[in-house]
Amino acid sequence: MSVQTENSDPSIRLVGYFREAESYLYGNSPELINQHRKKALQDFLIRGIPSRKNENYKYTNLQPSFLQDFNWLPHREITGYELPDLFKCHVPRLDVFQIILMNGWFHSTNGFLPEGVFAGSLERFAVENRKFFREYYTKITDGYEDPLVSLNTAFARDGYVLYVPANVKIEKPVQVINLLKAQGDIFVTQRNLVIVEPGAEVKLIICDHTLNLNQYLSNSATEVFIGGNASVEFLTLQNHHNQSVMVNSSGFHLERDSRLTTQTITLHGGLVRNNVEVILDGTNSEANLYGVSFTDRKQHVDNFIRVLHEKPECRSNQLYRNVLDNESSGAFSGRIHVKRDAQKTNAYQKNNNLLLTDKAQMQTKPQLIIEADDVKCSHGATVGQIDEEALFYLRARGIGENQARLMLTNAFSYEVVRQIDDVTLRDQISELVGKRLTGEIGRCHESAYRANC
Amino acid sequence: MLSIKNLCVSIEGKEILNGINLEVSPGEVHAIMGPNGSGKSTLANVLTGKEGYEITAGEIIYMGEDLLDQSPEDRARKGIFLSFQYPVEIPGVPMVSFLKTAVNELRKFRGEKPLSAQEFLRLMREKKKLVEMDTELTNRSVNEGFSGGEKKKNEIFQMALLEPRLAILDETDSGLDIDALKIVAHGVNALKSPERSTIVVTHYQRLLDYIIPDHVHVLYKGRIVKSAGKELALELEEKGYDWIKKENGSW
Repeated sequence: MSVQTENSDPSIRLVGYFREAESYLYGNSPELINQHRKKALQDFLIRGIPSRKNENYKYTNLQPSFLQDFNWLPHREITGYELPDLFKCHVPRLDVFQIILMNGWFHSTNGFLPEGVFAGSLERFAVENRKFFREYYTKITDGYEDPLVSLNTAFARDGYVLYVPANVKIEKPVQVINLLKAQGDIFVTQRNLVIVEPGAEVKLIICDHTLNLNQYLSNSATEVFIGGNASVEFLTLQNHHNQSVMVNSSGFHLERDSRLTTQTITLHGGLVRNNVEVILDGTNSEANLYGVSFTDRKQHVDNFIRVLHEKPECRSNQLYRNVLDNESSGAFSGRIHVKRDAQKTNAYQKNNNLLLTDKAQMQTKPQLIIEADDVKCSHGATVGQIDEEALFYLRARGIGENQARLMLTNAFSYEVVRQIDDVTLRDQISELVGKRLTGEIGRCHESAYRANC
Repeated sequence: MLSIKNLCVSIEGKEILNGINLEVSPGEVHAIMGPNGSGKSTLANVLTGKEGYEITAGEIIYMGEDLLDQSPEDRARKGIFLSFQYPVEIPGVPMVSFLKTAVNELRKFRGEKPLSAQEFLRLMREKKKLVEMDTELTNRSVNEGFSGGEKKKNEIFQMALLEPRLAILDETDSGLDIDALKIVAHGVNALKSPERSTIVVTHYQRLLDYIIPDHVHVLYKGRIVKSAGKELALELEEKGYDWIKKENGSW
């Protein structure tokens, strides 16, 4: 257990925890991970754990979470778990390649990938592929300017790496299953790296799950490099229990003619902060960012998006929707920044929110910074309730009020889900969303715990 | 089947219906005509249970039961159907799942087995013919991107699927060209039966050329001021509503 420092500043406390963890980290991690820690910690301290005074975290206060009593030391539990017993995937019918992680550590893989593809642990990659590692690791996060990302680099130990060589098209989706199941309440740092070389194609499905009711504070960061004319689909399914805290930062770097589609579907989670940073750094590249979240009780979900148009003729499109029930809250911030050279940019952004009660709250902040003069940009945000006319229409056809509300809520979120190209996956996600709305997907995944939530 | 006695309704303190009396027997077609603002749509909405109306006096008895304290869905399950004047578009709710849910809710209420997907599709195919409903439309979300005429056709298509006992057609002719009007009227007529009653709410007489009413009532300032046979509709067409207004101008 960590030594309790009395300091009420979580940032100072974290430095203390880092000192405690230091010998373990330096002693057990590869040199190429270690050499970034010191600077990252300094960067972290410049901003610290953000309070509400930090404009980027105005609607999500992380300070109380970082003052809780977690086991802060990196600690790899010996897991004799058999995964099928442990985890029944909610996306079961897909033919996928699996990468499984436990408490932020790489656990195992399942299936076969084309030759030359690497799918495995960050630790191993940092030792076996030093040249690549050096070329990519922290190259996106160095410019990220988010204290949680710096904190991640300081504490980074493991995570997954997916490396797809040039022109390799992986047909099967790669499913990354991030499981949290510890003996106590833990702080989890997971660091991931995805390198997709020119002309390559890959679909990732990231599933985040908690497997017991312990408290988790997870801070993960993922860097995704997309080479020229490469294509990446990145679907994230978040399903943590409703007391967990998750900060999830993803940075995407796109070269010319490349394509990125992200889908972030938040089914459950206590406090969820998703940072997404997209850098369109090559002519004619394209990013489509979609997200939908469902919150109830005291859940809070904050999607913080920044899209940077560096080069001309790129396209970006954001569509985020949130469904908020009970006294839950949400925030959306989407910034489009078009640099001076990025002429002929097309950049769009939409955020629509459905409040199911008077107590639910949503903060939405669209932002455009445009330095070029020949661009097409638009943004729009709405916050509303269930359409009473539509509700009456359904009821007048004999559909009960609750079911009618459910149908309309589902319809609202389907606008995002329908953007998934793969029909099988789309149908399954749609089914999951339906189950989330009817409460069939509990906040926990093991029935023994269900009674407690 | 339906008995409305001294029905008084107001919206936000403003009296809209002012003592309506109406008796509808099984198999009958009643037309309710009247100038704009006379309370025709209010009557249709109150019958189907739309919120926002205050019933200040009177009662509605449907099949021997008090209707006014029942939810819209219960009324629908008991056979009351409203063909909306302005059907809403509901993006994201597919027509097929909407219709299947509605049909199966009704069956559940009657203690019947729900239809399987296959059985339902067969039923839908059969009913689509009645109003020449295009498959391209039933593949969309509810009313999404439908033209005015297509929306009205869709209402009658739903009526064919749900087979109500009391159908209320609220301005079903508005926004229809003559061909669409004929198709819609043909659908309504084909659904006529000795057990099914219809209330046709309309401003104009032209729909009544195709759907022949047994009784015509004129609604004016929240009251039925004249009731007669189908010839009344023709008289109104000829003389216009001014005639009624003059006769009832004293209040």
